[in-house]
Amino acid sequence: MSTALAALVALPAAGGAGLLVTGRRADRVAGSLALGLTAAALVLAAVVAAGRPRLSLPFLGIVDGGDLRLAVDGLSAVLVVLVAGIALLVTVFAVADLRADAARARFFGFVLLFVAAMLATVTAATLPALLLAWEVMGATSYALIGFRWEEPGKLAAGTRAFVTTRAGDLGLYVAAGAALAATGSLVLADLDAAEGGWADLAAAGVLIAALGKSAQLPFSAWLSAAMQGPSPVSALLHSATMVAAGGYLLIRMQPLLAATGWAATAAAWVGALTALVLGAVAVAQSDLKQLLAASTAAQIGFVVLAAGVGATAGGTAQLVAHAAVKAGLFVAAGAWLTALGTKQLAGLRGAARRYPGVGAAATVAALALAGVPPLSLWATKDEVLAGVEGTALTVVGLAAAVVSAVYAGRILAVVLARPTGEESFDVEEPGTRRVPLPSLAVAGSLAAFAAGLGILALPAVAEALKSVLGAEGEPSPGLGDLLLSGALALVALALTVAGSRARPELAAALERSPLASWAGLGHLLSPRPALAVARVLAAVDDRGIDRAVRSVGRAGPRVAGLAARADDGAIDRAITAVATGTRRTAAGAARTDDSLVDGAVRGLAGAVRRAGSAARRPQTGLLHQYYAQAVAGLGVLLVLLLLVR
Amino acid sequence: MLTVVIFLPLLAAAVLLAAPRLGGRAAIGVWVAASAADLALIGWMWWRFDPGEGASGVVDGLAYEVDLQWIPTVDAGYHVGVDGLSLPLLALTGVLFLACAIYSLREPDRPRTYAALFLFLQTACLGTFASLDLILFFVFFDLTIVGMYFVISGWGHGNARASALKFFLYTFIGSLALLVGFIGLFLGSDERTFDMVALAANPPLADSPVARGLVLLAIGLGLAVKTPLFPFHTWLPDAHTDAPAAGSAVLAGILLKLGTYGFVRIAMPILPEAWQRWAMVAVVVGVISVLWGAFVALAQTDVKRMIAYTSVNHMGYVLLGLGAAGLVASADEGARTVATVGAMYQMVSHGLLTGALFLLSGWLWSRGHTYAFDRWGGLARPAPVFAACLAVAAFGSLGLPGFSGFVAEFQVFTGALQATPVATLIAVVGILVTAGLFLLALQRLLTGDTTVPSHGPADGGEPVAPAGGTVTAVRAEPMTGVRDLRGHETASIVPLLVLALLLGILPGVLLEVIEPAAAAVVELVGR
Repeated sequence: MSTALAALVALPAAGGAGLLVTGRRADRVAGSLALGLTAAALVLAAVVAAGRPRLSLPFLGIVDGGDLRLAVDGLSAVLVVLVAGIALLVTVFAVADLRADAARARFFGFVLLFVAAMLATVTAATLPALLLAWEVMGATSYALIGFRWEEPGKLAAGTRAFVTTRAGDLGLYVAAGAALAATGSLVLADLDAAEGGWADLAAAGVLIAALGKSAQLPFSAWLSAAMQGPSPVSALLHSATMVAAGGYLLIRMQPLLAATGWAATAAAWVGALTALVLGAVAVAQSDLKQLLAASTAAQIGFVVLAAGVGATAGGTAQLVAHAAVKAGLFVAAGAWLTALGTKQLAGLRGAARRYPGVGAAATVAALALAGVPPLSLWATKDEVLAGVEGTALTVVGLAAAVVSAVYAGRILAVVLARPTGEESFDVEEPGTRRVPLPSLAVAGSLAAFAAGLGILALPAVAEALKSVLGAEGEPSPGLGDLLLSGALALVALALTVAGSRARPELAAALERSPLASWAGLGHLLSPRPALAVARVLAAVDDRGIDRAVRSVGRAGPRVAGLAARADDGAIDRAITAVATGTRRTAAGAARTDDSLVDGAVRGLAGAVRRAGSAARRPQTGLLHQYYAQAVAGLGVLLVLLLLVR
Repeated sequence: MLTVVIFLPLLAAAVLLAAPRLGGRAAIGVWVAASAADLALIGWMWWRFDPGEGASGVVDGLAYEVDLQWIPTVDAGYHVGVDGLSLPLLALTGVLFLACAIYSLREPDRPRTYAALFLFLQTACLGTFASLDLILFFVFFDLTIVGMYFVISGWGHGNARASALKFFLYTFIGSLALLVGFIGLFLGSDERTFDMVALAANPPLADSPVARGLVLLAIGLGLAVKTPLFPFHTWLPDAHTDAPAAGSAVLAGILLKLGTYGFVRIAMPILPEAWQRWAMVAVVVGVISVLWGAFVALAQTDVKRMIAYTSVNHMGYVLLGLGAAGLVASADEGARTVATVGAMYQMVSHGLLTGALFLLSGWLWSRGHTYAFDRWGGLARPAPVFAACLAVAAFGSLGLPGFSGFVAEFQVFTGALQATPVATLIAVVGILVTAGLFLLALQRLLTGDTTVPSHGPADGGEPVAPAGGTVTAVRAEPMTGVRDLRGHETASIVPLLVLALLLGILPGVLLEVIEPAAAAVVELVGR
């Protein structure tokens, strides 16, 4: 059984590495290999979800929990199936969606590595295993976002994503140190028992790492840059898996957050505010993928909120439902981009009518995103909000839910509208004007999940989920809550659709507002301050320290200048230092052996001085002369030693 | 056995010098063969080495020990031996020198002398790591400086003579400080000996804290110049920029380790009380080096200078770990041992990854005679193998898990946090800056429009000018026909990266050797 767990991670990893090493020669088989391996991973995920195995591989030796330990519990069981399932569906989509001449081996190689890392992340039981998987996931996302590196700006977007998420990852390094200090072990579960200042530090580290990965405030803007990646990458990484990892980690570490108190509150508020602010950002977007990206951060905000308030079952359900919904929408957006060559909302007017199959799937998914009953996110969001205590947080949560209905409404209003025939196509790439069957099938199945998971609204189903997750006793929403949020969503949705029909200038005004440029969040991640610091330090290094070293002596002729300068100043100074140092050493040692050391010091200082003055004489810059002097000086030292002794 | 390992390269060097008629390729062939044989011997030593259980090394558990009298009046001897501290670095030396030998297969400029010089340098490096006697250590230590001086001044480019001289004078003065410290140890010891094992077993200057501190200061200064640590690092970028690629790889990969190795082998076990007393200084210097190296590297416009400054950054982590190991009062032994293991691991890891990076930067020089970022671009198109290797080396060097650097840095941070939380929190930022600077470098070199410097010979053996034309033939269009990594370049660089990857995934191979020795060092420091 633990073999299945090992294979679950090792198969995609080995396949991915093999594809990358083989390179373009493997382009032809890459797609089918990836399909086979992700399908195998899904089977293995089901097996380990049922069997709950554990696995340990040696890594670091002397520290408890230094091994690479994977374990499947209820939460991991849900997530491995989710990750493997989405990975399979997105791979099917990618095989159909990638251009024929694309470097498929590289693409699917990194996708498989990513899937392996994500699967390891959600099963990791020790900090080294978690951090390893966590950062490899970030690095593969860099490679995938920058997949089309030939085009300007693509790799820069990858850099921004990796550096931002790594800024968060620093938190995990700190958390590991704090875990070792607090518990003497690096086992994740042991952190729950940590106490005192180290627990606070660990919680802070975990929180920062999760917020970075999940594009929560203030890190959100990297997700905007990440949309430069190919559509399958957005569907896999930036909706269902990688950004979900932060939410997962907070749910997993919820006892630690709760133990510190402040960390749980902070998580709840950051999550709720991200849901609200990024929801507003989503409303103001004019590009479908940017809209979906902002809404991803907002929806994961509900997961973070859930982890903060201790609604782990609600958070997990939200994670799963959002993955299906958002992957479906990204697949639809990708299919339209390939077919019509645009992802601008203006160009996508009536896209659902042009391609009714994908259109239907996207409509269902967008309705779910809006929180319309009886679809999935309606149920899961209420499951999360049921755990919220305190009026302010509840109000923010409900407002965020309303905002999500608004941005979903914007999508629906555009894609369901009657096409005017004046849409501008092919603004980003030449479109193929057709949606291949696999893309349609993938969008359809994801939409089916997005709708079907609404059964979580049934108390019996919700209780079953809670027992799988070991979260019995967490509050569930009452009928009144469900009706209220459903009604709010419907009203907001209807108003949005009606509003954007009646007054299109409203949307245009929004698109000009600062919200459209992600509310200036990108400036928070600007590398400029770091570069400025770097330049200043480099200048100090060159003109300060280095010059100080060089210019201890007066300038001589140009050729001998460096030699002369270094010679006059540095050697002279060194000699003085050596002499003084030796004298002081001697003073200390003199306590044991006065006369002997005293003689040694005088002799040493004299010898060094002699060697130094000898060394200053030629100033030719010829090494052999210098070395001869140096050897002579050394010889004097040694002889002196022998004499003294 | 160990003596054979140390002096085999020197013997080969002597053979090369004694045979002036030997062809260039044959000379490099001898070099490769000698390095390979030496590496095989080191491998055999590793195979037979028993790392021991618990704490073992430094004062006991030494293998392949040889102790001959040399200068009996001061009790300085030819005392060499191997433990968990030195074996990984001996192996690193063997690997890196072999890689450099293979890399230099087509060296056009005086190959016979070049090979002999590197072989001489290899003996000096191996000797330093194997020495268990301070005078012997010092002699080998200084010979490395001499050897590297000639490599830079003889085969360097740009302002090679001046850089070589700066390197020589700076590090040589550092070594004099070291010698003063050694003499202080000798005078302070009860037995009047230069033997490291005896000194570590019975630390000198037991009852004079001031003298202890000053001796540590002298030794620390000497090692800090070599390592190099802020603010003694300014010789490094110049020396690297003007050194040939193989010379840079050895300089960064091996010679810098002589400094950090000196801390674990000499400063920590022999002056435990002083190290405890002044550990915070090591931590602070380490953290400053981490950030200084990272930020200054970020601002560089020259590939080689950038890599050189990241060495300062990486060596800073070593000092942070070693300093944390001395903070006995504020951390338990387990955490301190983890930090020390991390520092030791970093030495090996940095040697492999930075060695590979410098060899890769040699590709730039051989194809375009410049390291300036703004002269290159879009190299992933004409040179995909080079691009892939550079990307792998960069990600390894920025500490991506799966590579050896992560194992090192993770342990340094994890172990040091308990001892010195504030310093560690500051140092962690270093891995973010290095991530940024390496990705920025990849972006500048590999993507965008393909640009290649339009003058200068492209490759050693390549015809660059039209037949009968002059070398100064003008190329108006940016040349895109730049040649990807050649066989011998790939064969030298890829194994280093593969090793870094293996050590990142299966660190147990190396850790089982390092951990007992690190535990021993921590125990000795904790006295």
